Formats: sequence, C-alpha cells, structure tokens
Amino acid sequence: MNKKQKRQLKKIIISLVLLIVMVVIHKLVIDKLELGNVLSRVILTAMYLVPYLIIGGKVLAKAGRNILNGQVFDENFLMSLATIGAFILGEYTEAAAVMLFYQVGELFENIAVNKSRTAVTALVGLRPDYANIEQDGELVKVDPSDVTVGSEIIILPGEKVPVDGVVVEGESFVNTAALTGESVPRGVKVGDTVLSGCINEGGKLTLKTTKNFEESTVAKILDMVENASSRKSRSESFITRFAKYYTPLVVVAALIVAFIPPIILHQSFAKWIGRALIFLVISCPCALVISVPLGFFGGIGAASKLGILVKGSNYLEAMAEADTVVFDKTGTLTEGVFKVNEVVCKGDCSSDELLMLAAYAECYSNHPIAKSIESAYVEVGNTIDKDKIEDVKEISGKGVSVSLDGATIFAGNKKLMRDMGISFDENNDTSGTVVYVARDKEYLGYIVISDVIKQDASSAISKLHSEGIKNTVMLTGDRAKTAQAVAGELGIKTVYSELLPGDKLCKLEEIIASKGKSKKRGKVAFVGDGINDAPALTRADIGIAMGALGQDAAIEAADIVLMDDNINKLATVRNIGGKTLAIVRQNIVFALGVKFLVMILGLFGIANMWLAVFADVGVAVIAILNSMRMLKYRE
Amino acid sequence: MKKRFDMEDLDCANCAAKMEEAIKKIEGVIDANVSFMAQKLTIEAEEADFDKIMKQVVKAVKKVDSDCEVVL
Repeated sequence: MNKKQKRQLKKIIISLVLLIVMVVIHKLVIDKLELGNVLSRVILTAMYLVPYLIIGGKVLAKAGRNILNGQVFDENFLMSLATIGAFILGEYTEAAAVMLFYQVGELFENIAVNKSRTAVTALVGLRPDYANIEQDGELVKVDPSDVTVGSEIIILPGEKVPVDGVVVEGESFVNTAALTGESVPRGVKVGDTVLSGCINEGGKLTLKTTKNFEESTVAKILDMVENASSRKSRSESFITRFAKYYTPLVVVAALIVAFIPPIILHQSFAKWIGRALIFLVISCPCALVISVPLGFFGGIGAASKLGILVKGSNYLEAMAEADTVVFDKTGTLTEGVFKVNEVVCKGDCSSDELLMLAAYAECYSNHPIAKSIESAYVEVGNTIDKDKIEDVKEISGKGVSVSLDGATIFAGNKKLMRDMGISFDENNDTSGTVVYVARDKEYLGYIVISDVIKQDASSAISKLHSEGIKNTVMLTGDRAKTAQAVAGELGIKTVYSELLPGDKLCKLEEIIASKGKSKKRGKVAFVGDGINDAPALTRADIGIAMGALGQDAAIEAADIVLMDDNINKLATVRNIGGKTLAIVRQNIVFALGVKFLVMILGLFGIANMWLAVFADVGVAVIAILNSMRMLKYRE
Repeated sequence: MKKRFDMEDLDCANCAAKMEEAIKKIEGVIDANVSFMAQKLTIEAEEADFDKIMKQVVKAVKKVDSDCEVVL
C-alpha cells in the first residue's frame, strides 16, 4: 500500500468505528427517548453526517467540481446524489454505509490495480539502474541512457547487463531467464554478443556497447509491455462503449422510477424515490470497466514471465479466437540446420568412402546442403585435403563435379545424373534432399540430407490441437514428398509445398480470405522465425515470431514474440489467451447480471440499499479478484 | 509527432475512456490513447501546434478528473 492508500484506509477505519458508535447510540439512546419527529431527525442527521463527511467529503467536493465542468454522469456525483437522497428519506445508516462501502470498493480497486501493475512491471525488474564505466582506473556508476555506442562498460558478477554489447574481455555465464523464461545460463566469451537484461552469473565481463540504451533489447521489451495495454481488445472497447450508454440510461430509469409510478399509482413519492436511489447506487460502471483491461493486463503479464511478449490485449484476444495456425517450416518446426541422415551405397564402395567422395566434391560449394555433407565428414575426425581436388565445376541447380585422384566425381540431384548419362535408381521415398554420387560413369550411391525436426514439435502440435486449434498448416519450399513426410510425422493437417518465398504470403492471404469477412471469423496465426517472413507476420491476424531474442526486425514485425524457440509456448499463449477471455466474459456476465437483477428487485421494492451496495462494490471486488487470477497463471 | 506521457492519479478506468474520447476531439490530434493500466497517455498530433495542443489536452483531462495530472 502506498501513502495515499494508507491514509484512505485510516479514514475508512475511523469512519467505520464512528458509524458503529452512531448506530449503537441511535438504537439504544435516541430511539428510547421520545423526541419529536423533527428534533430526532435533526439529531440523527447531525450524528450520521460525521462518519459520512469523513469518508465522503472528498467525493462531494469532487462531485461539485465535476458538475461545474459539465460532467453530469460522473460517479462521484451519482454516489453523492444517492446518499444525500437517502439522508433526506431518513435512511441515515444506509446513507453513511453506502458512502463508506463505496470508498472501501475504490480503495480495493486501487490496491488491486497497483498490485497487478507492479506484478507486470516486475518485468521492470529488468530495467537496469546503472552501468559501470571505468574512469581513471576506478569504476563509476552512470545512467544507462548516458552510455554512448562503442564505449566500454564493465559488468561485475551478479549484475544486470544494462546495454547490448559485444564481449571484449572476460569469460562468463549469463542468465537470460528474465528475457526468455529459460533459466539455463549461457556461456559467453570474447566476441560474443550479450543482450541487456541478462544477468552475469560468472566472472567480470567487459563489453563494447553496440547500441544505446533506448535501442537495446531491454528498453524495447519494456516499451512493448508498457504499450501493450494501449492496444485495446474488442471486449474492452465493447465495455467502454457500453459504459457510455449504461450510466445515462440507468439515471434516466431512476428518474422515471422516482416520478412516474407515484403519479400513476397515487403512491407516496418517498417510497419510489427510495427505490430510484437504488438505481443510482448501481449506475456506476467503473468496476466493470476496470475488470476487463485488468484481466488482459494480467494475461499479458503472465505471458511475459514465460518469455512470451504479447504486444496488445487485442492479440491475446485474437489468439484465444484463432482456429488456424500456419507454420513456416524452416526454423519453426525444424531446427533450420541441415544434417546428413543416411548414406546408402549402391556400388563398389563403403559408406565412409561415399561420404568422403561427396565431401571432397562439395567442399568448395557454399550451399547449405554441401556444407552439411562436408561437416558430416569433418565431424568424425577426417580432414579434407583441398590440394587433391582439381577442376571444380558447379552446375547450377544440379550439383558439382570435381577431379580427384584422376577420376571425375559427380555429386548432385537426379538431373545431374541424367545429364551425365549415368544410370542410377531414383529414390523417392525418403524425407529429405537426395544427393546422388557417381565416380566417372559409375553410380555409387546416395546421401539423404534433411532439416532436423525439432524434438518437441510433434507434441507441441498435438497440444495446439487439444487447445482447440482446428487446422494447422505448413508452408514450405520443399518437395511435396518431403513436406508430406514431415507433416505426417508432426500431425500437421494441411501442407502447401514447393512454394517460392513470395508464394508463402499469397497462400497465407488465401487462407485468411477463406475465413470470410465476419468479425467473428476464426483468426489465423502465422508462426515464423522472423527471417525473411516479416510480410507474413504483419499480414496474419496474429504474427508470431519464434526465437526472436536479439532479432529486432522480427520483434518489430510480430504481434506475439517468443523470445526463445520453444515451440511448446504456442500452446501456452493460446491457453493464456483462452483463460483471460473466459475470465473477462465471466466478469461481464456476472457484473451485468447482478446489476440488472438488483435493479428489477429494487423496482418491486424487494432490494434495499444494502443489496445495491453489494451489487456495486461487492461485484467490483469479485470481478477484480477474478481478473487477478491471471497474475498467478502457471504453465 | 507521436509522444508518450505519464499520468498521475488517474484513478478510474471509466474516466480514462472519457479522457481519451475528449482528447481525440481536439483539433490537430490524429490519435490518442489513455491507458488506465499503464497510466500513460499516447498522443499523435500535428507537430507544428504540439505545445498548443498539449495545453488543450491537459485542460480536457482536468475537466474529466480534476485530480489527474499529465506529466509533461
């Protein structure tokens, strides 16, 4: 609790004690004395005005000021009107109590909101307070925003890295938990990039800064989280729009209840005005308006703790409403690293020899497939003697040929084999790229290279399906067979293969278009690794970038950012979105339901002021507590 | 020009919505957002008249809730 809240709490306690004292005096003393009607009214009003003014003085003052500013439907004004009305009708206890509970509710709201604010900005625990700079042989602490690009900063063990930089001296472990939710420390040495927000868990490090503070990872993340609540969800816009009409409508209803029935039914005004006051007490929509953004705020906060940055409430909401997730294969479902999977001999050689010949043939090529063959050969302790190779020819789109020990080695795809007139048996069954190898005209065998599927990809896809995602789609430039094999293994439902980079965006647009134009259509999420897919990330209803830590372009383009490349977090963010939306909907239905019920009961004289206070404050407290559940979210 | 300001003592969510609406109506304001949770005002307005616009913004905020301050 801050100072202001403590002061308010004190006032509430004093006012409550006084109220109880007044009630006791009222019942035990005043009621026993047979005072005249007028005299007892004056005394009681004076008595109850004490606790009333202590707690409500400020509300009255604010109501006065705001009414001068033309704010008729201001909650302070409505509460003042309701309680003053109660005083006039002789319901003294109720009048003071309504004001008291109204303030209790406000205080509670205030504490709850502040609490979730600090919980979310616990991320601001990320915010580095200082940077160490060496001046004349001594360490000086300076404001991180005063550190210029290219200067050297020192990070002592246990300290936070304030600005992005490259290690120029020292070796250590850094913990990226605050950024990624991943708690395994990462080793860094001279030449490695270290991002701000990491914690140095090992020895002293000297960094040369590569960015200024505002451009550094931490500042950007903080900025994003702080900005997230300004992108409003549909539920929030709905509730604010609703609130705009709700209050005036309820006030008009109160006026009607106060004056029409007594005239028509020839009943006393006091009775119906009393009922109308109940309307005024529940006319304030504030709690309802708070509980919606509070729920989303909590959801966004819960996600950020797990290394998932959600850039706006609207994206969290859309994620809950998504029914299709589109994956760009490379880098999201697969590691994005090619590896030799199979070496198959078909001719007169061993598989080691086949790999060696292929490695020699490919060693001058920069193609990722060539590199993977070379590294498969080198990894097991072999070396390539490049002097033995002559006459290297790269045949674009087909493969390579080289001379080695007097023989010509061919390595490439089936087109190369056909062009060279080499008879070979075509292999179509494998789930990767096939490189055929031949010596002179003699076919030796083939090597299968494939991009490694992420270990947890298949469980992540099935989790998404069980979280209610109806369709999963994979976009890839791979051959149809390879793509089908990967999709089958992962349980992905739809595959579009042999796509050129530009086609991926078109396919995504087709998928989105197929959903129709209704606002309530299922949303389409696109998952990419942030490399070359910025347009798709932007185009999708929800663009999700994976493994984006340190990749500014991806962070910029995406709506939801997974800082590490843990694909399981897709299901997590879907789950958080769903829970948040469920909580928000519960609040809306519950709060409106209770308010309407009390209004109807009030109209028939069944509900009293006490019930009205509950409908206002009690409901607010319950809705806020419900929203705050999101802060406690665990995977 | 887009700028962000902290807000102090913005105590009610409904007021934040009212302020946002009032600020959007000020001439020269392209877009505005009052975030109750972040206690922040984000405003996009014509650069030339920015200071003048901000004066009107403060007035509009005060009109909804006289206790609320925009930290300029």
